[in-house]
Amino acid sequence: MIDYAVMFGFGCLVLAFGLNLWRLLRGPTVGDRIVALDTMVINSIALIVLTGIATNNAVSFEAALLLAMVGFIGTVAYCKFQLRGDIIE
Amino acid sequence: MIDAGLLEEILTSLLIVVGASFALVGSWGLVRLPTLMERLHGPTKATTLGLGGILLGSIAYFQLTQDVWSAQELLVSIFLFITAPISANMIAKVHLHGVRLKDAETIASPAGRPPQSPGKGDWATYEAPHRDTPVATSED
Repeated sequence: MIDYAVMFGFGCLVLAFGLNLWRLLRGPTVGDRIVALDTMVINSIALIVLTGIATNNAVSFEAALLLAMVGFIGTVAYCKFQLRGDIIE
Repeated sequence: MIDAGLLEEILTSLLIVVGASFALVGSWGLVRLPTLMERLHGPTKATTLGLGGILLGSIAYFQLTQDVWSAQELLVSIFLFITAPISANMIAKVHLHGVRLKDAETIASPAGRPPQSPGKGDWATYEAPHRDTPVATSED
């Protein structure tokens, strides 16, 4: 039963990635693209966790934690660049 | 009599299904909603409920199969819960500045235009730092 749930989860996340990609390409402003990239990072963390469940492997959570940190820093850096024209002042 | 293993398997599957559905709904909201201030609303559901559900399902799964208590998932979800409002605030600031520069869309939307700030001044995010602004220190 967990196998079917994981397969359903993979299907949902692939669809979600497609929708995020549509918003990333469509725009129309830079802020929309930042939101789309942020959501893509969230979805890829979910994908890593689901892969860990599917392969019965608990090692991939370090990757999920690292991706959560790097995604947050990336979003803040994009926003700082939009607001101030510079990242580290 | 339902045994505990089956019950835990049902719980794990339910958490994974609910989490993945919320991730999909969040991304669907990102596509469907009209302007950026509303679009910020969708992915927050994907962050808290979607990823939170999948991480709780993962905790339950490793508890079930390997009988280990893994706290890394809790660490990931706590980190995301702390950082999601900060990044949403930054993105909203980017949107406010875009509206001010007139390069954001100005179509009618449920959220409408950002309100004027009360009092004389403008919102703090619009103002450039002044040269002689006193720096806040711990002694104040």
